[in-house]
Amino acid sequence: MNTSPRIEATLRELAPQVLSLLVRRYGDFDTGEDAVQEALLAAAVQWPTDGVPDNPKGWLLTVAYRRRTELWRSDTARRRRENFAAALAPPDPEPIPAVDDTLTLLLLCCHPSLSAVSQVALTLRAVGGLTTAEIARAFLVPEATVGQRVSRAKQRIRASGAEFRMPDHADRWERIAAVLHVLYLIFNEGYTASSGSALHRVELTTEAIRLTRQLRDRLPDDGEVAGLLALMLLTDARRPARTRPDGGLIPLAEQDRRLWDASAIAEGVGLITETLATAPIGAYQLQAAIAAVHDEAADSQDTDWKQILGLYELLNVIAPGPMVTLNRIVAVAMVHGPRAGLEQLGAAAADPALAGHHRVDAVRAHLLDLAGNHQAARAAYELAARRTLSVPEQRYLESRAAQLAPPTPG
Amino acid sequence: MKYLILIYTNQIGWEGLSDAQRADFGRGHLALSEELAESAELIVSEGLADPALATCVSVREGRTLTTDGPFAEVKEHLAGFYLIECESLDRAIAHAARVPDAAYGQVEVRPILDMSGWEF
Repeated sequence: MNTSPRIEATLRELAPQVLSLLVRRYGDFDTGEDAVQEALLAAAVQWPTDGVPDNPKGWLLTVAYRRRTELWRSDTARRRRENFAAALAPPDPEPIPAVDDTLTLLLLCCHPSLSAVSQVALTLRAVGGLTTAEIARAFLVPEATVGQRVSRAKQRIRASGAEFRMPDHADRWERIAAVLHVLYLIFNEGYTASSGSALHRVELTTEAIRLTRQLRDRLPDDGEVAGLLALMLLTDARRPARTRPDGGLIPLAEQDRRLWDASAIAEGVGLITETLATAPIGAYQLQAAIAAVHDEAADSQDTDWKQILGLYELLNVIAPGPMVTLNRIVAVAMVHGPRAGLEQLGAAAADPALAGHHRVDAVRAHLLDLAGNHQAARAAYELAARRTLSVPEQRYLESRAAQLAPPTPG
Repeated sequence: MKYLILIYTNQIGWEGLSDAQRADFGRGHLALSEELAESAELIVSEGLADPALATCVSVREGRTLTTDGPFAEVKEHLAGFYLIECESLDRAIAHAARVPDAAYGQVEVRPILDMSGWEF
């Protein structure tokens, strides 16, 4: 599509607002969402040739409203009878209510009755204004699969009786946590893909950051929202340095730090510093703080591992998990030496969540390497390479094993 | 996570089935495909033509060489596949257990390699 970046940005910004207005008026999220998608497509075709209308939001609302009426008319007779009058009521042409329901919309898209993949697809479409085709390309699945996920998610929302309103105060934090998790998944999906369809997937990190900024605008005092935004900025800042031209991964310690995005780091560090001083501590804030410590070291040798270890100890208390355990062990090794790390790794590997996991082997290999036991390190790297499900990791782990190959005799 | 469910079968087993069993077999595949599509976990599923129709392809010194049929006469052959995306290996295994062939031959679940990577 030849839509200019400016038009694209306008459409994506207005998408959730127009949808919210439609849902608020008619109470039907399902049909409203389809109608807004079609209005966005119409705008993407017409605006580049006819020019952006004076009131783009009003334009989208009118087209979405008309389309919604048509969808209703083609719907079942029962629903038509019941809602005939409501469907024919025209929208207020002006003024458009100033109410902002983007947050309500996000909470609905991340409703607990939905699976994670459905939450992601619905959020990107309804709040992000992405088309089904764009989402399909980003996640490397057929368009029909994404279409199915979206329509199924909408059916589930309808079946669950979820309403388009802010949840009660008691549920609110849990529901916002679900939104943060979905935004984090979207970011990770974009960030961890280091080649292949990299072009499309990079857009996912940008999209996740954009949506998290929107969320922060609505919840400026929430420490975890700020923490997640800072974490994304501080992680994404390293993107230019983390892949080789052939798509291979470059580990943090070997990255050319001059390639890091200094302005993203400055924004992220500023954000997390301010948040840690004012908000109750949370898992995203701690992860952002750890990313900030890494990003502030001009050279990997300068990394303040003591501080990182302290932060992982805290994270291990408030949000324990297998990856936190492993990362904490790496920090232990960097502060107290590889033997101390290996000792703790032996105990941690017995945890069923980590048993047979390739990252245990990868960490063991790294620590054995640091301890000077190259032969055992090589075997552990080889084992990790066989167990990983990631192509770039496999290549990286194989290359580490090869570097530790015993010198050929003669 | 994406998984490939590979269906291995042998001709002898198939020939021993009654018409009713064959009909159940087909319905089982149809029902599974529909349910996986409905739950938005199915990416693609296909049955493969008889292995006698296989063409083996190899390129040596820039020349493409083809030979008819599979490399060796084997009892078990790849008869079809389901490419799915679901939340866990356990769920993929549960789906694989519902493939009708699992009752007669062997069904294999293999995780798909992806392009993800972690920060290390």
